[in-house]
Amino acid sequence: MRGMRVVGLLAAIAATSVMFAAGAGATTIERVVSPGGIEAWLVHEPAVPLVAVDLAFVGGAIQDSAGKAGTASLAASLLDAGAGDLDSTAFSDRLERKAIQMGFSAQHDTIRGTMRTLTENRDEAFELLRLAVTAPRFDAKDFEISRAQILSLLRREATSPTDIASQRWWETAFEGHPYGRPVKGTPETVASISIADLRGYTHRILARQNLKIAVVGDIDAETLKVLLDRTFGALPEKPDLFPVANVVPRGLGQRIEVSLDVPQTVVDFGGPGIPRQDPDFMAAYLINHILGGGSNDSRLYHEVREKRGLAYSVSDNLVWLDHAAVLLGGTATRADRAGETVDLIEKEIHHFAEDGPTAGELMEAKRYLNSAFALNLDSSTKIAALLVQLQLDGFGPDYFSRRSAMIEAVTLDDARRVAKRLLDKGLLVTVVGKPQGFASTKPN
Amino acid sequence: MTKFLLLIAGLMGATASAAYAGAEVSHFTLANGLQVVVVPDHRAPVVTHIIWYKVGAADETPGKSGLAHFLEHLMFKGTEKNPGDAFSRQVAAIGGQENAFTASDYTGFFQRVPRNHLKEMMALEADRITGLVLTDDVVRPELNVVLEEQNMRIANNPAARLGEQMDAALYLNHPYGRPVIGWRQEIEQLDREDALAFYRRFYTPNNAIVVVAGDVTAEEVKADAEATYAKVADRADTNARHRPMEPLQEALRTVTLADLRVEQPSVSRDYLVPSESSAKPGESEALEVLAHILGSGENCRLYRGLVIEQGLALNAGANYSGTAVDYAKFSVFGAPKPGVSLPQLEAAIDGILADLIAHGVSTEELDRAKTRLIADAVYAEDNQRTLARWYGAALATGQTIEDVRSWPDRIRAVTVVAVQNAARTWLDRRRSVTGYLVKTLAPEEKRS
Repeated sequence: MRGMRVVGLLAAIAATSVMFAAGAGATTIERVVSPGGIEAWLVHEPAVPLVAVDLAFVGGAIQDSAGKAGTASLAASLLDAGAGDLDSTAFSDRLERKAIQMGFSAQHDTIRGTMRTLTENRDEAFELLRLAVTAPRFDAKDFEISRAQILSLLRREATSPTDIASQRWWETAFEGHPYGRPVKGTPETVASISIADLRGYTHRILARQNLKIAVVGDIDAETLKVLLDRTFGALPEKPDLFPVANVVPRGLGQRIEVSLDVPQTVVDFGGPGIPRQDPDFMAAYLINHILGGGSNDSRLYHEVREKRGLAYSVSDNLVWLDHAAVLLGGTATRADRAGETVDLIEKEIHHFAEDGPTAGELMEAKRYLNSAFALNLDSSTKIAALLVQLQLDGFGPDYFSRRSAMIEAVTLDDARRVAKRLLDKGLLVTVVGKPQGFASTKPN
Repeated sequence: MTKFLLLIAGLMGATASAAYAGAEVSHFTLANGLQVVVVPDHRAPVVTHIIWYKVGAADETPGKSGLAHFLEHLMFKGTEKNPGDAFSRQVAAIGGQENAFTASDYTGFFQRVPRNHLKEMMALEADRITGLVLTDDVVRPELNVVLEEQNMRIANNPAARLGEQMDAALYLNHPYGRPVIGWRQEIEQLDREDALAFYRRFYTPNNAIVVVAGDVTAEEVKADAEATYAKVADRADTNARHRPMEPLQEALRTVTLADLRVEQPSVSRDYLVPSESSAKPGESEALEVLAHILGSGENCRLYRGLVIEQGLALNAGANYSGTAVDYAKFSVFGAPKPGVSLPQLEAAIDGILADLIAHGVSTEELDRAKTRLIADAVYAEDNQRTLARWYGAALATGQTIEDVRSWPDRIRAVTVVAVQNAARTWLDRRRSVTGYLVKTLAPEEKRS
């Protein structure tokens, strides 16, 4: 397949979000508030007999206690492994009998959950969701199984070039800050986590005030209100969050090489991004799109792949977190031309920072990002994920009608200024493999 | 092949039919032999447009492995009418997405675009059925791109390398034993002439299926197809796909791949079984249910037995990938806990298989598996691209629309006896390959 993204970036991307375009006239979003004061965004779509629920609790891996990195991740993996009176076998049996899908995961800033059910099993599904978020059991047997699975995953990642490149990038850029810790933890920290740590974590984080909910599908507002109170009403009102400092990525200008005996060299590159609520964000989003964003029409794609055949994939993304913003890209290239590839990418980025986009590029990017919107709203699952993200980003449902104008308002002067602001600070580059022609600025 | 092709689901779950009665799948065939399928979904003003060619890696000439996939890449290099990357630029200009995929039995190209641009996409796609222009200037860099793709997907990944070796060992004679991306030394030799010869032989309207899913009606699609695809003359005969078939398989095989980067060993076994297209009635459905009972979810036999009860494994499961013309694979796998050897885990897997073969499955297990499989068909309705791919993959591998539509009913008809028979008949080690993924060739692995 063409255009697949670099796997090493997925962790980072999952931690944040992708930008969605505007113009969804057909989609009506209701802000539903239950009698108990629990809010959810609802899209009532009866055409397919299913209900999709996405939710997020603010406070993910960055809320792990010092020395206990991986707590959020382990806790999330166990929320649906037994709850209330149901042990893990009974719980999964109840899910499977009704083909209800449920899952939880931790990101840097959030614990996220998804639930999908056929309409006919809706009440049972919400009941199981209630148990998972309000009464997880953390039985010792399930805890040890989950911990062993995470340790196995960490062992595999320890020799995976994409994971190494990504981890080295994050730990260098955010050294000493919670963003510098791996979300899943390290073998040492995961080994030190206890069941009491998981209980402590969920008691602190799973609360109503920091909960964002989106519901899409075959359910109306009145029905949902009742279910919201029943499902989430027993959660404590407020979370108990550690303060986390805002931070900017460091190590700019550094090139770090990790030697690994693999035929292909993996490259991550990045620097400061632009915060989601910054007035320049939309311009930065357009700039990112032109440089190496989603389509097969970006500058990096043309220079690295189409013209020179140096890589199968090359791309970059804006990543926005609650306490940092990052521009992060990656590629994977032949070892004998790895140095050339990194030089080329740096040159293109430098050149773009100096000259900015052309009027034609900007126009095309605007057109693309405006009309790409509908593509992201064609399934209940995708809409639910977007609605949770918009709530996390601090927008109202009116974002849908405003977005197009926000894109159109970006002028060529804005774009040039923001290209400079975004791309002129230098890059932190991590490279894993046996690269040739690549000079590391730091010893291994 | 990607994961969501494992299940070929019908449109209607039992409870879905009333609510979704409007979503009638229709199909028609143009005079030039091109088949068109329309899957309406009016929830959003979007369409997914996919053209499937009934040609894949299994149709390559021996010695030219990777050619089907290489041509897939080169299809983005332009035609006389739409030179260079004009097609891709047009897709980008309207905010669309595009991609392509190659499997053993088919090659596909798709766009997801705002609904009012469907006809444009059809015109561009029709143009490249026969209009491709290739020069060495674009072919040579693309070969390097494909070699990097091979590095990324296979060479850098020990588990993927083992998978290739297992396929090569499973198929003694059939071309499914060749990697879809090709063997590296053969990819390196592919050139423009190879690609064009393959293109002229297989890319013709009478060897293609177009699937349109989304906010469209059959009437609109038909009118647009007549104005675009119908203008392309068929240029080659399409013959039945007669590939070299497997001889009697009578030797169990084990392959071991050692790589110092392997930090989590694993064992997997692939059995050669019938595909949805080659199976006798009911056989493939029984294999699907069997795979679910054995290896899907936390209450499946393998996960419960090996991870939860015996505490030997970190993970375990099973798969049946049935969408293929000639054969399919039924796979079981497990990852041992530290301190558990692969032969020990393999023996435990064999114990669970033997128990199922001897004693069959319970009605309760059967019902649970069926409920989940049939629900998957309803969940699939939420994603037009998933639906489009299910229909396309089924048709490109020899099934009919009716086969796809009747899938939930066929699953419902599976009995406990049929599941036990499927296990007894097909989980025969003489028709299997067992793969060990290890860090080094310690004595216990060297035995094989």
